[in-house]
Amino acid sequence: MTDQSPVTRAGNATGVPQVGAVAVENFSFWYGAKQALFDISLNLVPREVTALIGPSGCGKSTFLRSINRMHDLLPGTRSTGRILLDGEDVLDRRLDVVQLRQRIGMVFQRSNPFPKSIYDNVAWGPRLNRRPSRSELDEIVEQALRRAALWDEVKDRLRTSALGLSGGQQQRLCIARALANEPEVLLLDEPASALDPIATQRIEELLWELKKELTIVIVTHNLQQAGRVSDRTAFFYLGQLIEYGPTDQLFTAPREERTEAYITGRFG
Amino acid sequence: MASTQLHGASVGDRIYRFTTTAFALSIPLLLVLLAIEVVVAAWPALKAFHLGFLTSSEWDAVNGVFGAAPAIYGTLVSSLLALLIATPLAIGVAIFLSEFAPPWLRQPVAFLVDLLAAIPSVVYGLWGIFVLVPFLREHVMPFLADRLHLGDTPLFSGPAYGPSMLAAGLILAIMVLPYISSVTREVLMAVPRSQREAALALGATRWEMIWGAVLPYASSGVMGGVILGLGRALGETMAVTMVIGNRHEISSSLFAPGYTMASVIANEFSEATNDMHLSALMAVGAVLLAITLVVNIIARWLVWRVERRGQA
Ligand SMILES: Nc1ncnc2c1ncn2[C@@H]1O[C@H](COP(=O)(O)OP(=O)(O)OP(=O)(O)O)[C@@H](O)[C@H]1O
Ligand SMILES: [Mg+2]
Repeated sequence: MTDQSPVTRAGNATGVPQVGAVAVENFSFWYGAKQALFDISLNLVPREVTALIGPSGCGKSTFLRSINRMHDLLPGTRSTGRILLDGEDVLDRRLDVVQLRQRIGMVFQRSNPFPKSIYDNVAWGPRLNRRPSRSELDEIVEQALRRAALWDEVKDRLRTSALGLSGGQQQRLCIARALANEPEVLLLDEPASALDPIATQRIEELLWELKKELTIVIVTHNLQQAGRVSDRTAFFYLGQLIEYGPTDQLFTAPREERTEAYITGRFG
Repeated sequence: MASTQLHGASVGDRIYRFTTTAFALSIPLLLVLLAIEVVVAAWPALKAFHLGFLTSSEWDAVNGVFGAAPAIYGTLVSSLLALLIATPLAIGVAIFLSEFAPPWLRQPVAFLVDLLAAIPSVVYGLWGIFVLVPFLREHVMPFLADRLHLGDTPLFSGPAYGPSMLAAGLILAIMVLPYISSVTREVLMAVPRSQREAALALGATRWEMIWGAVLPYASSGVMGGVILGLGRALGETMAVTMVIGNRHEISSSLFAPGYTMASVIANEFSEATNDMHLSALMAVGAVLLAITLVVNIIARWLVWRVERRGQA
């Protein structure tokens, strides 16, 4: 175990390197009586960006939110199969979901900063979980904002309201807020769908930087975007994983007919 | 024929619009007229005593000297005391109902809490006289003064008669609780799901989510609920009159009897014989009206601010 690799940076208490590998095995999911996901199996590779594509309602968000157990508070949901984060089953009821969500950051479709200062937004997670000192917290906040490529734009107004930022800045602030927890995995659900092209491009560039240290999963409706940012792409259709493979291969030589139909715009 | 029908419809429309506008306008108009009436009637007293009306403690109807300070003090202190007691309780109830209660329990409990607001205030007063006041005199006041040795502090000194500022504050607390808790429940439920998800996704427990994201988001709305409760407490008359002791005195002790503006008016209107006495009572009414109006405007504004942010 060496320290050169960025992924070993956040070693846990036992000294085992956390790599953020996610293995999904035969995962099915139900909202009440309605089954939303059917027998999904795939491996999310650390230091890669995986894009989830597919027509509306095919279960992309459901899948993403299963990884950090955001469905927990929704009554009537259930699942079968396993989702292993570094070998640990995240669906195990005995697992501490609070810790899990610190290891798996999430960014939502519509930016949702707290109506607090920029600083307090980024500091929110660390304050909960690690109780750092003043100077440690300053450091954490600066690091997170730098990693989210937002530092230079906001460093002179950290104490002003986050709601005064532009849409794109707010979304990068939400990324910074997630990064402040030092997660191993970052889940993004259509993070750029409400943004203009320039703001979108900045987010995409950011993902390129972040994937050096993280496992990234991004849901997107924008196929060009999936092609630009991702190393692998998973195509979902009606709750099933139809095809999963390297992005260039999936886009240029899809194995499945339904994949080809989707990426050539013949349906969805 | 089509055109007469059209014409007929538009005349009906116009009449309808005219009457509804008239009705709608009549309400603010009524308020303005009422305020003017009160101030005009209060004018002689205000002119005779100037600021002394607000600052003097002497209220002597026989000699025609009127200072409303004890009543103003009593109104403010009993209301603030009520808020101090009711606010934490009401917020607790609202958090329980909006965040923790199982769905089947929500409606019934919310209904029961709201029902507190429907109990006639004279019934609260009766309960206050026959249950609360004796209970305070025999148990709570001795406990505070002797057991907790607070008897020497200004707040809890003096004899325990029963009817007191403390009794008024407690009864008001029960009466304003439903107002604070139902507004709080509403603003908590108006907090967008995205805020809750943001907190949870950062590794917050349910409590941390509520304390760190939901309550701060709703804070000015909760504040609005509290001030709405304050508005209620300031104007409450019957129940308070029955338990506060009705004495024109300012005492630091919560065990001592006091007076409120509303009680003064209710008690003395029928026996006000000379014009100055009547005018002084009107002036008390004017002060009370001004305070409640300001308080309510602040409350509306705070709630409006939260709702607007919720939509943004
Ligand atoms: N809370 C819920 N309760 C019941 N059914 C739900 C719930 N959320 C989603 N579904 C259903 O599950 C299926 C998958 O939804 P999901 O949101 O995962 O799709 P999606 O691929 O993210 O769609 P989109 O691209 O529109 O975001 C849909 O049929 C949807 O109606
Ligand atoms: Mg979705």
